[in-house]
Amino acid sequence: MSPTVLTADPGAGTVVRIHGRHIGDRIYRGAITFFAVCVPLLVALVAWEIAVAGWPTFRHFGLSFLTSSDWDPVKDRFGAAPAIYGTLVSSAIALVIATPLAVGVSVFLSEFAPRWMRQPVGFLVDLLAAIPSVVYGLWGIFVLLPLLRDPVMPFLRDTLELGSTPFFTGPAYGPSMLAAGLILAIMVLPYIASVSREVLLAVPRAQREAALALGATRWEAIWRAVLPYAKSGIVGGIILGLGRALGETMAVTMLIGNRQEISASLLAPGYTMASLIANEFSEASSDAHLSALMAVGFTLLIITIVVNAIARWLVWRVGGGAASKAL
Amino acid sequence: MTAGVIRTQRPSARQRAVGERARKSLGRRRAVNGVMLGVLATAAVITVLPLLFILGHLVTKGATSLDLAFFTHMPTPVGEAGGGMANAIVGTLIIIGLAMLFGLPVGVGAGLYLAENRGAWLANSVRFLSDVLNGLPSIVMGIFAWQFLVRPMGHFSALSGGVALGVMMIPMIARTTEEMVRTVPTSLREAALALGYARWRTGLTIVLRTASAGIVTGVLVSLARVAGETAPLLFTAFGNQFWSTSVTQPIAALPLQIFNYAISPYDDWHRLAWAGALVLIALILVISIVARVATRARFDMGSGD
Amino acid sequence: MAIEVKSELAGLADPRPANAAPAVTPERTRLAAESLDAWFGSIHAVHDISLPVREGSVMAIIGPSGCGKSTFLRCLNRMHETVSTGRVSGRVLLDGADIYDGGVNPIAVRKHIGMVFQRPTPFPTMSIRDNVAAGLRVMDGHVSRRETDAIVESALRRAALWGEVKDRLGASALALSGGQQQRLCIARALATSPRVLLLDEPTASLDPASTQSIEQLVRELRGDVTIIIVTHNMQQAARISDRTAFFLAGDLVEVAPTESLFTSPSDPRTEAYITGRFG
Repeated sequence: MSPTVLTADPGAGTVVRIHGRHIGDRIYRGAITFFAVCVPLLVALVAWEIAVAGWPTFRHFGLSFLTSSDWDPVKDRFGAAPAIYGTLVSSAIALVIATPLAVGVSVFLSEFAPRWMRQPVGFLVDLLAAIPSVVYGLWGIFVLLPLLRDPVMPFLRDTLELGSTPFFTGPAYGPSMLAAGLILAIMVLPYIASVSREVLLAVPRAQREAALALGATRWEAIWRAVLPYAKSGIVGGIILGLGRALGETMAVTMLIGNRQEISASLLAPGYTMASLIANEFSEASSDAHLSALMAVGFTLLIITIVVNAIARWLVWRVGGGAASKAL
Repeated sequence: MTAGVIRTQRPSARQRAVGERARKSLGRRRAVNGVMLGVLATAAVITVLPLLFILGHLVTKGATSLDLAFFTHMPTPVGEAGGGMANAIVGTLIIIGLAMLFGLPVGVGAGLYLAENRGAWLANSVRFLSDVLNGLPSIVMGIFAWQFLVRPMGHFSALSGGVALGVMMIPMIARTTEEMVRTVPTSLREAALALGYARWRTGLTIVLRTASAGIVTGVLVSLARVAGETAPLLFTAFGNQFWSTSVTQPIAALPLQIFNYAISPYDDWHRLAWAGALVLIALILVISIVARVATRARFDMGSGD
Repeated sequence: MAIEVKSELAGLADPRPANAAPAVTPERTRLAAESLDAWFGSIHAVHDISLPVREGSVMAIIGPSGCGKSTFLRCLNRMHETVSTGRVSGRVLLDGADIYDGGVNPIAVRKHIGMVFQRPTPFPTMSIRDNVAAGLRVMDGHVSRRETDAIVESALRRAALWGEVKDRLGASALALSGGQQQRLCIARALATSPRVLLLDEPTASLDPASTQSIEQLVRELRGDVTIIIVTHNMQQAARISDRTAFFLAGDLVEVAPTESLFTSPSDPRTEAYITGRFG
């Protein structure tokens, strides 16, 4: 606060001190504006640093970087197709498994469950989201993989005779696309569930009461009135889950087997973009190898930004501010 | 509930469908209702099951490997029994402390700006890009911090790990701060301004303090989230088998240690990995519970209003 | 009850500093609006209003909802401009100095002109004592702990709240009842010894008993502090004010000694309003 100036009022003989300037407010405004501007700057900085580092790779390989399966650091040949394929497939498996469960649990909690049950179950679902990726990976290695090796994989392949399709052939090692998809399913489930729950809570009461008043059962009211209303918000939640699955690193790295190969079989090991970076980055000795990994990172960054933007747009359309809080 | 037939003069296709449904036997529709309730309840059970499964394994496998030495001893070389993760526990605390150092001022400042400039184009873009930042994969944060700090510095460091995690905290803290500051009534701001408070003083001593319980909760939640992050630390903090508290040197961290031990071929290390996971989860749970208690305190205070 | 604090403690904000001219005539104008206009964006809410207020008097401003009376009041301590679309033109003289003059710091203005709002606004994170002392923290010069305690006590006494809270000064202000909270806000405004106290419908959210205690308080402060009170309650204006101003659709229709305004209004619109024909 700067000193104020005296303003004399000779007529009355009293003095009122009201003149002066406040630089405090300018500093305050400047500071919070600076911190706010830091956010876009950081996004730009992250994108810029990675783009610059990956640029030589993009320039050298062009589009074939995304389509080639030839990844050979020794010969400086880099094609990220297996990692991109693995990222998409493992995320797809995760969504196929997690979506019905997540929507089911959120419909159950918001429409059917008795009041006493809502909070504890909701808390448990939130807790799933709080478990670190590396702990999921640890559990996956020592509990999920042995289970998959025997009996789950042989059961799927031989007993159910799914081995006759190209998707379940080959030896049952354990580390596989299927294992990565399963752990991802468990990990993205709470995200989808919490967005769905918020969206369902944002559906106006009148929507379901109108259906119930027409004589619909609870399920019919949900199926015909509530879910259609909440549909695009739930889809937004699913795509948000997709965004998480695409970038998930540790658990996938620990379970997917890490092999640079595109195989139709879900029992076969694979790679994802994130696990490729996690695995090779610290061992990368040549500049070309580092740049290729940065290029993979940049591809992943762009994909997740696009996916997240779509998700947010969908959720925002239904629930406005309230539902988007859950994101 | 009754199954009434809906009559209108010119029923639309949709209305005819509703009418048809209504004509179906009530018993069958009730059965469908019951079956679907069962399906949904099953979904809930299946969802919660892996959690209980994971927690069960953590507790049984972790607790049996956990002893005092885990907290007080350093890691031992392969083949030597015993040992602990004292350095990793301290390292994790140092890294999340550094993360707070970067994330807290930027997050709270940006949140204040967002709350005080609603609708401004800059605020809208900041909010959008904050969401973008929040959605970036953690491994991307890791390679960013490597390129930005580790490469120029020439070596791994606790500092670079703290920056990576701090950047991840910013969007979470900014969002909670904005929401909590918005819940402070305009009348309180006006009361402070009318008392001759400058805007900065109003913002910091009245608005921020009134919203502080909620903000603390948000900060703790973000802290709990980054405390378990591994991917951003792989090429930044890197890990360290020895005791180090220097911010410019590579430093051990619990999640890194768990990862390295989990993928190792040694049973001793597997046991330590489980114990580490249990400690990490316990740390996160404690932070989360403190956050919940802080939220409750806020509501208690609010109810007196 | 008079201020029990020495003028040096209250600092320069004291309306009658020891070194000032001793004779303060009761007829002196303390605050005067001159050709004041106010807008919300393009909405012209207050039209060309000139209104002098005598030192130590109580001025009531009445009028139907939306007549601009609260906006006018908020122009008197430069609060109107804190609304993003708010704009003001004209002059407001505080002891002869125009508070809208170019070099004037609005924050300093507000230190001399206290304000109490429609709903009680105790600061929820502060104790009762700290609420009353809140304004002292931003006064020029240091106020010691002992001096603060003395000022807090005297402000609470003037706000007729001391007896009710003296044993729990450290308690949260939110523990008080609505009426007590409002008197706390008055005490908070009085603690800095403002030259003028603006009350914006201070009893609108209170029960009848609390309303009565606030009215009693205004009567007691009369002569000591210059008060401008906006109220939608004509009886209240009649009970507590020396002069009353009637606002309608942003215009000042009539200002007169309270008794004459209510018994023999000169403008037919005033008459229509006070006899309940509109508004």
